[in-house]
Amino acid sequence: MAVLELDNITGGYGETEILHGVSLKVEAAAVTVIIGPNGAGKSTAMKAVFGLLRLSAGRVLLDGEDITSMATEQVVRHGVCYVPQTANIFPSLTVEENLEMGAYVRKDDYRPRMAEIYDLFPPLAEKRRQAAGTLSGGQRQMVAMGKALMLKPKILLVDEPTAGLSPKFRGEIFRVIQDINSAGVPILMVEQNAKQALSIADRAYVLVDGRNRLEDTGPGLLANREVAEMFLGAGGASVGAASGVNGSGAGSGAGSGANGA
Amino acid sequence: MMDFINFHLMPGIILGSIYALGGIGISMTFGILRFANFAHGETMTLGAYFAFTLIQLTGWHPIAVLPFAMILTAVVALGIDRVFYKPFRARPAIMLVIASFGMMLMIRSAIQFSWGVQLKSLMPGIQRPYILFDALRISPKHMLIIGSALVLMLAVHVLLSRTKIGKAMRAMADSPELARLTGIDTEMVIRATWVVGASLAAAAGVLLAIDTHVETMMGFKLLLPVFAAAILGGIGRPYGAMAGGLIIGIAEELSSYAWIGNEPLLAPGYKAGVAFAIMVAMLIWRPSGLFRGKVF
Ligand SMILES: Nc1ncnc2c1ncn2[C@@H]1O[C@H](COP(=O)(O)OP(=O)(O)OP(=O)(O)O)[C@@H](O)[C@H]1O
Ligand SMILES: [Mg+2]
Repeated sequence: MAVLELDNITGGYGETEILHGVSLKVEAAAVTVIIGPNGAGKSTAMKAVFGLLRLSAGRVLLDGEDITSMATEQVVRHGVCYVPQTANIFPSLTVEENLEMGAYVRKDDYRPRMAEIYDLFPPLAEKRRQAAGTLSGGQRQMVAMGKALMLKPKILLVDEPTAGLSPKFRGEIFRVIQDINSAGVPILMVEQNAKQALSIADRAYVLVDGRNRLEDTGPGLLANREVAEMFLGAGGASVGAASGVNGSGAGSGAGSGANGA
Repeated sequence: MMDFINFHLMPGIILGSIYALGGIGISMTFGILRFANFAHGETMTLGAYFAFTLIQLTGWHPIAVLPFAMILTAVVALGIDRVFYKPFRARPAIMLVIASFGMMLMIRSAIQFSWGVQLKSLMPGIQRPYILFDALRISPKHMLIIGSALVLMLAVHVLLSRTKIGKAMRAMADSPELARLTGIDTEMVIRATWVVGASLAAAAGVLLAIDTHVETMMGFKLLLPVFAAAILGGIGRPYGAMAGGLIIGIAEELSSYAWIGNEPLLAPGYKAGVAFAIMVAMLIWRPSGLFRGKVF
């Protein structure tokens, strides 16, 4: 049975429908990746898990249990941890306070876990008393991931963790995600950096215009001609290529400029 | 020089610490619940009237009844939130603003109905000022006001920087959505915000009443400078509100000092305009305030 399943999700914000029947599964211990052009609804699909969306149809299942209408805080209490694409840290809180907030729902002693997080991201240990908003982009992303990991999640959702990061930091983040996964935590990740993401994916989905377009193993999609044209480009400059799709109108037009907002 | 300190700077600090206490509540409710609470002034008035009645009943000193007036006011604020604001939580913020406007009129009418509209006094009689270092004049009640405000601000600091709920309040002022996604019990944080905001408002009302008197419009008259303090400091930034309150209080009093020649720079009647001018200037040139608060 899948740990997390989106079953035919249709919905959006306010009056507009963004997702039109999106389905996907995250299997136990697997890395599952979603790719797609800007504005395809990748982040929106993740928000659906936390009840941040107005749904007109479909269900969200966690371990087979229907959590579609569960309050956001409750979903987190069930061990579903989430690193949003933007605004994923509390900038005026210190690094350490961010991690403490990540452990908010824990009743037990979270100090040992915090030590593990500092081991995972050594730069954070040095800056623990510094306001998180003053850190560099890569370090903020570490705070965001560390904060989500304070709970020992049942499943981790990460939305474009490497957006805007230098190749060095990008490698670092991918390494950590694989580490977390090999500790047995299933991962659902949205990535613009399609080549790198697909190469570590057990399962991958292509979302276009709020609909499922393709689905395969990571290597399977890497070998797919359509994916190669859409995301990998001639030179493999995946981020640029993905934006190119959006610019050329293959994605939802409304999505232009959404990236990096 | 001593005139400057005794008649302008000291009153400015006293007024400023009262604004600071009021400003913390405005800033936190604005940051966390995302609406400008017009009823905050009336909350201050209510605190002063509670203190008045408690003094009548017990005969205690105003500072001794202060904690109880704060608790009573906080309980009322929690009740109001439960009945009047909570149903609007998921609605556009403007509905909450309008609800708070209605609440302002309701609390004021309830006060006028219960206590009447005559002036009342918390500390009867005139006290002789202490004279420190031969020249610094400060009356005992002003020492009490400044001392109480300092203790309360220190307590707020400890709450916000040392306790889990205090940190969660700052987190939610940063981003309510991320707070929810982090598993923070946001309803609990909202209740804590009302308790802190309303009890400090009550304290501001009582301290002002110690300085002047109790009157049904006293809180409403504080609303503008207190908003100015919150905006100057940055919305959702409690430390900003403290700094903003002090700055506005001091600026108001210094505006009537004879900086040039022998005439007051501004006639004292225009003091209130100073807070307004600072608020407008901040909204135009630096809407995030001194401490980089929220911009709506
Ligand atoms: N809070 C919101 N309110 C209204 N519309 C939104 C909101 N967030 C996103 N949208 C719209 O929903 C659509 C899908 O956005 P979404 O963020 O899910 O795309 P995405 O696939 O994650 O894109 P990106 O690669 O740029 O992150 C876009 O048209 C966007 O403008
Ligand atoms: Mg996105």
